[in-house]
Amino acid sequence: MSSIIQLQHIDKTYHTGEVDVHAVRDVSLRIDKGEFVAIMGASGSGKSTMMNILGCLDRPTKGQYLLGGVDVSGLDRDELATIRNQKIGFVFQGFNLLSRTSARENVELPMMYIRKSTSSREQHERAMRALETVGIAQRADHHPNQLSGGQQQRVAIARALVNEPAMLLADEPTGNLDTQTSIELMGVFQKLNDQGITIVMVTHELDIASYTRRNVIMRDGKIVSDLPVGKRLLATEELNKLRQAHEAVQLVP
Amino acid sequence: MKIFAILRVAARALRRNKLRTILTMLGMIIGVGAVIATVSLGNGAKAQVEAQIASLGQNVILIFSGSFTRGGVRSGWNNAGTLSVDDALAIEREIPDVTVVSPEIRSGTQIAAGNQNWSTTILGEGQDYLDIRQWPLAEGSMFTALDVRREGKVAVVGKTVADQLYPDGNVVGQVLRIKSVPFIVVGELIPKGLSVMGSDQDDVVIVPYTSAMKRLFGGSNLRGITAQASSAKALSTAQEEITDLLRQRHRITPGHDDDFTVRTQEEIAEAANSASQTMRLLLAGIACVSLLVGGIGIMNIMLVSVTERTREIGIRMAVGAHGRDILMQFLTEAVALSVAGGILGIGAGVGGAKFFAWLRQWPALTPVDWICYAFLMSAMVGIFFGFYPAWKASQLDPIDALRYE
Repeated sequence: MSSIIQLQHIDKTYHTGEVDVHAVRDVSLRIDKGEFVAIMGASGSGKSTMMNILGCLDRPTKGQYLLGGVDVSGLDRDELATIRNQKIGFVFQGFNLLSRTSARENVELPMMYIRKSTSSREQHERAMRALETVGIAQRADHHPNQLSGGQQQRVAIARALVNEPAMLLADEPTGNLDTQTSIELMGVFQKLNDQGITIVMVTHELDIASYTRRNVIMRDGKIVSDLPVGKRLLATEELNKLRQAHEAVQLVP
Repeated sequence: MKIFAILRVAARALRRNKLRTILTMLGMIIGVGAVIATVSLGNGAKAQVEAQIASLGQNVILIFSGSFTRGGVRSGWNNAGTLSVDDALAIEREIPDVTVVSPEIRSGTQIAAGNQNWSTTILGEGQDYLDIRQWPLAEGSMFTALDVRREGKVAVVGKTVADQLYPDGNVVGQVLRIKSVPFIVVGELIPKGLSVMGSDQDDVVIVPYTSAMKRLFGGSNLRGITAQASSAKALSTAQEEITDLLRQRHRITPGHDDDFTVRTQEEIAEAANSASQTMRLLLAGIACVSLLVGGIGIMNIMLVSVTERTREIGIRMAVGAHGRDILMQFLTEAVALSVAGGILGIGAGVGGAKFFAWLRQWPALTPVDWICYAFLMSAMVGIFFGFYPAWKASQLDPIDALRYE
């Protein structure tokens, strides 16, 4: 398999006052096409810094980052923005949709910054296709405040998919959602992964991580464990179980 | 990023906070509106003054007795008693650049006709006066050189006088009593309107200057002389020649001041222009101050907007917006604000000037070039004052911006 991400001896040091904080130390990691990886760790473990570096929002202090075979560790702000636009789809914990802007227009946002021009009709069609992929096309004209948390996160995933990036990068995507909605959302991710889309997710929830295929555990800026998921949960099965449990206590008719 | 998309985003952002947008634009509206309104009214007044100066006649030289400054003491124009009829005739005779002259006597008095009476200005003039002033008659004819020589009891009346004394409209051939002396009205003038000084030029009775001297007011001194130069080019040489001639005739030795004043029509026009030049500078000052104030308002609101929308900026950067895209977006918003304010201001200014013109019977003329200046200036204000907030937005770090609450 060809690699999407190749981190080689990555260091990230922040200079806060007189103390240097080593957020990430000498991390090497390879993620191949089609993988579904969870990066886990307690707060302060360096997983957010890893996320920022993987997402090309930040540059490593030392080391090399190859994204799809291209070295991105030395690129400037605008070049990184172009990489983010074309190769990375972000899904955030707080959804980060533009308020008072319809779901469809939110999904069209990344296409606004494609350097080569696309017609507004094509943008419209691509946005609708992305919304259909995550099963929310019927809400295309709703504004974020008219959508539930789970629906908003689906719109955010559609936005992340619309430029057909090399990978999805999800930062605690279920952090603001209840259990059932979280499982439904993991179902969406699993479906996308089954279609061949590479997904990297940062989470601190173990049960959420067990829907992925590979868990990378970080502590004090280092990778301490990198294992495939043994007992992988399937969202469809878990939802069924949950429904039966609900029926048992007559929570749902 | 396409310009159309940028404009749509800007329009949406401005619509989101309607009241704030309108209040911010109000600075520009008031500033631009005030400038356009005052320029319109000033321009209308200028056109009126120009028309009045033109109404003096063609290639006219005015000679007044007395001088502004004589021996350091300022004295008035009128009734200094230093010009004589002989001076006028000498000018006509000896200066080739002067075609005709009209000696002038002026006095206010009560006049009567039938059972009507009216207080007006009596002008004693030569037979060429109306030609010099380019003042046609509505009816009848001007008195002749013979009337002047004979001290004829004939008069030409202005429109105001005619309306006051002969309400039935029958003017020519009627009897007019000036200081109990009966004169025959031989002509009625067409209305000429207000003078440069603002007085009613039609409230006048013109009689031969000889008659005015001998039959009405006595004395032998003139108030002034109206002369006509042969061409516009000859005006200044004629002016110099008249000055030399009068100094010689009045035996004024070199080093002493004139006891008369010679003004050409050009000089009067220049004086009026320099007054309006000062006015225009003042307006430009007001324009700069008001645009500055409007611009500061826009800058303030744009800074608030950038802070409020930090997260939006972060999202846009995360999905691939370059710093330049963010800069353009906020700059477009600022320019949209200032230009929309400018356009509304132009409308308000033109409307305000029209309203004031209607209210005060004052002419208003909006010059097209000033509309263009106002438009360009408001766009420049938007660019100038919008740049710093937009630049600040473009320099945000996407990670910090995304975390901003």
